[in-house]
Amino acid sequence: MTTPSSPTPAGPPGAAPAQGRPERAQQAGAGTWTAAGDPVIEARGLTKAYGTGAPALVDVSLTVRAGEAVAIVGPSGSGKSTLLNLIAGLDRPTAGSVTVGGERIDQMSETASARYRRAGVGMVFQFFNLLDDLTVLDNILLPAQLAGLDRARARQRAADLLGYLGIARHAAAYPGRLSGGERQRVAVARALMNSPAVLLADEPTGALDRGAARDVQQLLVDLGREGLTIVLVTHDIALARACATRTVELVDGAVARDVLVSRGLTPTGDTPFTGPTALTGHAGITGGTAAAGDGAVAR
Amino acid sequence: MRLGSGRAAATRKVVLGGLGRRRAQTAVLVATVLTAVTASLLATGLLVGSSAPFDRAFSQQHGAHLTAEVDAAKATAAQLAATTRLAGVAATAGPFPMTTVHADLADAPGAAGPDLPPLAVVGRDDRAGPVDRVSLVDGSWVDRPGEIVLAASLDFRVPTGTRLVVRDLPGSPELTVVGIARSTSRTADAWVTSAQLSALTAAGGQAGYEMLYRLDEAGTAAAVHAGQDAVEDALPDGAVTATRSYLDLRRDANAVSAAYVPFVAAFGVLGLAMSTLIISIVVSGAVGAARWRIGVLKSLGFTPGQVVTAYAAQTLAPAAVGVGLGVLLGNLLAVPVLADQADAYGGPDPTIPLWVDAAVTAGALALVAGAAVASARRAGRMRTVEAISLGRAPRAGRGRLARRLAGRLPLPRPVSLGLANPFARPARAAVLAAAVGLGALGVTFAVGLGTTLTMIQKENGGESPAAVAVHLGHAGGEPGGGQREAAPGEAPGPGGGPAGPETVTVDPAAVAAAVAAQPGTASYYGLAQTRLGVRGMVGAADVSALTGDPAVAARRLITGRWLAAPGEAVADTRLLRAAGARVGDQITVTDAGRAATVLVVGEVFDGNDDANLLTMSSSLSGLRLDLAPEEFGVDLAPGTDLTSYLQAAEDALAPLGADAEANEGDESTVIVAMISLITTLTLMIVVVAVLGVLNTVVLDTRERVHDLGVFKALGMTPRQTIVMVVTSVAGIGAVAGLVGVPLGIGLHHAVVPLMGDAITTGMPAAYIDVYGSPALAALAVGGLVIAAAGAMLPATWAAGTRTATALRTE
Ligand SMILES: Nc1ncnc2c1ncn2[C@@H]1O[C@H](COP(=O)(O)OP(=O)(O)O)[C@@H](O)[C@H]1O
Ligand SMILES: [Mg+2]
Repeated sequence: MTTPSSPTPAGPPGAAPAQGRPERAQQAGAGTWTAAGDPVIEARGLTKAYGTGAPALVDVSLTVRAGEAVAIVGPSGSGKSTLLNLIAGLDRPTAGSVTVGGERIDQMSETASARYRRAGVGMVFQFFNLLDDLTVLDNILLPAQLAGLDRARARQRAADLLGYLGIARHAAAYPGRLSGGERQRVAVARALMNSPAVLLADEPTGALDRGAARDVQQLLVDLGREGLTIVLVTHDIALARACATRTVELVDGAVARDVLVSRGLTPTGDTPFTGPTALTGHAGITGGTAAAGDGAVAR
Repeated sequence: MRLGSGRAAATRKVVLGGLGRRRAQTAVLVATVLTAVTASLLATGLLVGSSAPFDRAFSQQHGAHLTAEVDAAKATAAQLAATTRLAGVAATAGPFPMTTVHADLADAPGAAGPDLPPLAVVGRDDRAGPVDRVSLVDGSWVDRPGEIVLAASLDFRVPTGTRLVVRDLPGSPELTVVGIARSTSRTADAWVTSAQLSALTAAGGQAGYEMLYRLDEAGTAAAVHAGQDAVEDALPDGAVTATRSYLDLRRDANAVSAAYVPFVAAFGVLGLAMSTLIISIVVSGAVGAARWRIGVLKSLGFTPGQVVTAYAAQTLAPAAVGVGLGVLLGNLLAVPVLADQADAYGGPDPTIPLWVDAAVTAGALALVAGAAVASARRAGRMRTVEAISLGRAPRAGRGRLARRLAGRLPLPRPVSLGLANPFARPARAAVLAAAVGLGALGVTFAVGLGTTLTMIQKENGGESPAAVAVHLGHAGGEPGGGQREAAPGEAPGPGGGPAGPETVTVDPAAVAAAVAAQPGTASYYGLAQTRLGVRGMVGAADVSALTGDPAVAARRLITGRWLAAPGEAVADTRLLRAAGARVGDQITVTDAGRAATVLVVGEVFDGNDDANLLTMSSSLSGLRLDLAPEEFGVDLAPGTDLTSYLQAAEDALAPLGADAEANEGDESTVIVAMISLITTLTLMIVVVAVLGVLNTVVLDTRERVHDLGVFKALGMTPRQTIVMVVTSVAGIGAVAGLVGVPLGIGLHHAVVPLMGDAITTGMPAAYIDVYGSPALAALAVGGLVIAAAGAMLPATWAAGTRTATALRTE
């Protein structure tokens, strides 16, 4: 599989506001809260406890700026998915707040939170989470249909995405027939359908073989280069290196390190995460600005 | 043994925690089995238990299987006695001489005093004997002339010691009531000594004989009929004037509860069908949800038998609770129905026999176990690998075409997703459709029954459809003594009630004239009621003798037309059947040896337990009876105000000893009880249907929790989730409801005539064709409503469930 070098005009760059009716969202274009460098996601003092055991997240703060590609790394069970779910509004924190694009996600009604996910974020999962009984095209169309988007426009957008991601010939197939890499491309297409400002990806290469993983990695790198804000949970060092402008390491539910890196580095030696800064507690406040796509280390 | 622990179980616990887990299943199982058992038990219990009082009394008294009335002019006592030796005759009593007596209360003042219906009096010195051992309820048996014992079955009661006078016989002989007795075979209205009876007939009364038979074979109508033929053949032609089988009496004895049986049984069958369906949904749902677990169980060496047992047992516990509650409720509901007829035969209040409880319990449990085992068996047979690999999700690939087609419809996406959903699980959808369809059927049936019963109530509560009823006998507008029917202990006489002497003599002709002269009177009838013999029928019929305009008294007909002229009559089904007559036949009514013949022009609906005949007074002139009207029914001229008419009529009639009131019928307690029972059973059926839907949607939601998580992650709002879940059953519900409505109408049309049959009446078409367009329109959406109601709660759960965890695993 090849990765297109130049995206179509209808390509994925993140330029959609997180709230409001989708039609308006589309018109708003490169909007108010996605100017490069402005904070897009602001998590403050996030704590999440399930039941009575040790909390999955303890007092985590994190600021993600527009155009950043943040890789969240850490051992299994350290709370990475939990953090991502809180940012997606799929779950509510026990304490602390999440603000995305100036909106408090943690206090939204279920309906507002669904609208936020529709327009504001796209999600990609380790196990794809495609609907097996819908065709590839229907899977991709779904976010637009839930948002009540105009049919013709939705179909045009879906066609553009299918082309951009090189999976147009699978449009009528069911996901079960596709390879892992293809499935993840479908998932990415679906995540980009409503032109979200932020892409959230939870172990997107975790279930893929090496080749497919590199393939998806390249895709994410391209999206990052185009300025899409990405929060990426991964074990995959190569992916983090290639894609991230910054890595945040969680250990036992707390931020252990927060490092700005330059995108596109190839793995070298045994210390993949090099960088001077290891911040705890108030990650991002002192994190400076990461210019999208220029590969520069900000500090 | 706790299998399935670890990550999968923990995950499931987290994921399913909000979905009500087993509670919905348990509730629906208990409710459906409860409904089925309650209705089945009640139906069986009423069928079996309601004849118990009659059967007990009948066998204690050695009741007469066959009662024959014989014309004394055509057969002798010796000829009758010879029939004892006929083949098939086990025992006889009689011949007893009999006659009809018109008696009045001796102590009642004047002509306006209470008079009694004609009495069929039998001369019988000994109340014991081989057949019809009459039991005393009060007082003693007749010992000498001048004494009389009245039957407990009469419509009126007078205390012992009451003196009766027979004014239409020379010398106005007097009879003192010395006892009240009960004959289960209803062989007489009253008994006197044979010497007294000879005295009555010698004075000019008509003489006949009554002969009572017990037969060797009397289990069926045909057997009794054979006995009847044998007796008739042994006697001269025409000697037997009437016969009666004890089976008819037995039927009448149970008529009220028998009228319950058809519809309660229908509900019972509905309940059982729904139980089977719902058990299969629950069990296959439980098995489906636990395929993975079953796989583990089997890989650990559990035999298919053990797996089947485990899953069947899971449903048996709540089902057993339902059975227990149903037996309890069925017995409780039966109490008031059965108690109604206990009075008539003495003895303890009947209850549902224990063996019925036992049989219904066993049957219900067997049905539940059978349905559960059948559903669990599929899982038991499943190969282990298949079971493990199938996981919890429905098999992928089903219903894809439907999804694709639905996706093309110009509908909001949540709706088209919901509509296509049933196709992924066609078997479950079919069962769900059946449950909703049965629910709609039940509601349709119940609405029809309610309408029918309400119509019957409304049209038959009063004597006629006339707007105003005028009653005689209330002097000076003050209600006082002089009611036609003396209640027990209220009759005038020694130690009698406080009723003062009547001083006003009511003149029916004057009242009739006043009614006719009243402004606003359009037309009216006058009504006298009496009891007369009918040739071919044992016992007396209630005869209504009309004067004036008979059209005002017109009641609902089953066939034929209302009487319009003297010589014409309408009769109820009971009379026609007992006398073996039909519309178009002549019927001869008799009294004290005189006869009058009328032409039956119509069959009138009558729900009461007496044979009824309505004719013009003048048709009966041959009987030379005093048939002066006791009440009038008045139709008002168009535009007449009822209240002011009543006011004016009251002023005019009060001085004449009559009063006028709006003709509002009495409420039948039986119909009220029936309607409340129907309401109860229908609510139970609807609850079961709704719970069945709820349970299915819970199962579905549970299985699709992963998909729901995906939808949610893609921005499906709670409202969209609810819409999707509700439409996933609404389509099925709407279609099933539409199918259920005609089936419910069919059931209603089949059951209503059976109910009529139980109380020995035909059913007018108007009581059967009760479904109007508005009702049909409302019923047509019944299935949709049931489905939506059942889906609403789990849809809300689904919308509110946190699905984040479901997204992590496949
Ligand atoms: N829904 C849940 N209920 C209970 N515990 C949970 C749930 N989700 C996650 N956890 C627990 O929270 C901790 C963090 O989980 P997670 O965020 O999935 O970690 P990671 O993605 O870093 O592997 C783990 O101990 C996990 O078992
Ligand atoms: Mg994780």
